[in-house]
Amino acid sequence: MTAPPLPNGLVAVVKKDCPTCVLVAPVLEDLAFRADLTVITQDDPTFPTDAPWVVHDEDLALSWHHDIETVPTLLQVADGAATETTVGWSREQWEAFTGVDDLGADLPDMRPGCGSLSVDPTRTDELAVRFSGSTLHSRRIEIAALEDDWEAMWDRGWSDGLPVVPPTEARVLRMLEGTTRSPGDIVAVVPPNLVECTVEKVAVNAVMAGCKPEYLPVVLAALEAVCTDEFNMHGVLATTMSVGPIYVVNGPIRREIGMNSGINVLGHGNRANSTIGRAVQLLVRNLGGGQPGGVDRSTQGNPGKLGLCFAEDEEGSYWTSYAEDRGFDPSVSTVTAYCGEGPRIIIDQLDRAPESLTRLLARAMLATNSPRMAIGMDAMLVISPEHQARYRDAGWDKARFRAALDEELMIDADSILRGKEGMAEGFPELPAGTRVPKFHPELGVQIVHAGGGAGLFSSVIGGWLTGEGGSVPVTKEIRP
Amino acid sequence: MTTILDPSDETAIAQRERVGRPESLNGLTVGLLDISKPRGNVFLDRVEEKLSALGASVKRYSKPTFAKPAPVDLRHEIATSCDAVIEALAD
Repeated sequence: MTAPPLPNGLVAVVKKDCPTCVLVAPVLEDLAFRADLTVITQDDPTFPTDAPWVVHDEDLALSWHHDIETVPTLLQVADGAATETTVGWSREQWEAFTGVDDLGADLPDMRPGCGSLSVDPTRTDELAVRFSGSTLHSRRIEIAALEDDWEAMWDRGWSDGLPVVPPTEARVLRMLEGTTRSPGDIVAVVPPNLVECTVEKVAVNAVMAGCKPEYLPVVLAALEAVCTDEFNMHGVLATTMSVGPIYVVNGPIRREIGMNSGINVLGHGNRANSTIGRAVQLLVRNLGGGQPGGVDRSTQGNPGKLGLCFAEDEEGSYWTSYAEDRGFDPSVSTVTAYCGEGPRIIIDQLDRAPESLTRLLARAMLATNSPRMAIGMDAMLVISPEHQARYRDAGWDKARFRAALDEELMIDADSILRGKEGMAEGFPELPAGTRVPKFHPELGVQIVHAGGGAGLFSSVIGGWLTGEGGSVPVTKEIRP
Repeated sequence: MTTILDPSDETAIAQRERVGRPESLNGLTVGLLDISKPRGNVFLDRVEEKLSALGASVKRYSKPTFAKPAPVDLRHEIATSCDAVIEALAD
């Protein structure tokens, strides 16, 4: 809806329910007489008096469209739009604004105004729908009065098994306030059905997942990341291996939206962590058509497929951040999509020397995927603060740790051939007497620092096929 | 009554008729698509033997990687040069 024009000239927006407006009522009548003032009243149509120069903004269209936040607001209007405004009552300002002297001689010098009805928290959602809902293009679906909203969503196949928040227009419009992007912008082409996805559809599914509007930029960037050829979302869905997308958030936005990078970081309990990945998962399901049993052929799945998303603990880390390793400045917020299985714990409560702790971490990592797999896959090591402290104490930076870890992750090629030790799984052939890396030689191990301050436990998240023929971690900058 | 916005892609799925089942494979060209998983070739070698014995001519194809969808060009080539296709899915 286009904004209805304001009356030209001097205009005051008021409501009777505001003591300051009541206080200045005589001034308004004075100005109507001396300066051709038009009064727009939000509540009582006869306030400050029943006169032709009083206009009732009954549906608040004028107030909403012209962004009135305070009453009284004085405006100078030309061509139906405000050119200048002043809010509250101040004799000095009103006299300067109107060019009329001796206003309200009996009144105090100044009084602050009250909130405009158009920004009343109980009305804003309804007003937003009434005045801007038509900008949304998604099909409207009416859920009958006798239907339960939550059950209706489930019956239509739009849930991952947990309750989803009904995406009403008011909620979707509020969600869209989390981004500066236009609702009609195409964010990505979503596999497996290769559907063009708009910002609006992202917002709809983000509402359903339980996101707050300030999470939306992270969801948008995360969706962009998985919908790349490098990440290969179609393959990640279709593989019978039980992997799924995992999201690591870096940069200032972690703190701005209150993400968890500490205690229980890979678990539940933080709204942003729990809903951002879920929103992308619902988009792939509801919009892209990737449903378990359909294109999603995962043999066993893993609990992280609901949407595992967490933040790195950068403030408490002795090392460069994961995003810095991937070429981003620490002042930039990013999300990285990584394809992995469920996290598994690595316990080491005794090693204090960096060499021996590295050896133990590597031994545990050698068992990911299968002890007989090597070279083609990757892994993510989520190192805890107490484990990382052992490297800080010894003065090891991240590069030194990585080099030592890579060395410990070399495998004797002869030991992983088919049939060795009575197990059929293995490589058909490898050059005899050589050593091969457990993980992809270039893409290797992703290292992230996170977890509670106490506990000599880290986690490894085994990956999937990486490189051109699989899924490569993809990082996207999070923009407003 | 609650009005919600549709979270789906809102498209109606086009229904297409399947190609009719051939009466005989004699003289037909059958494509065998190996998705490049271990031992898919063992299965397809045997299928090729059987098909050849039935009088079909066989064309062999393989995906560059089992982890990604078959490239459009490969799908087009199979669709335009074969009467039927058999895909060897896994290990």
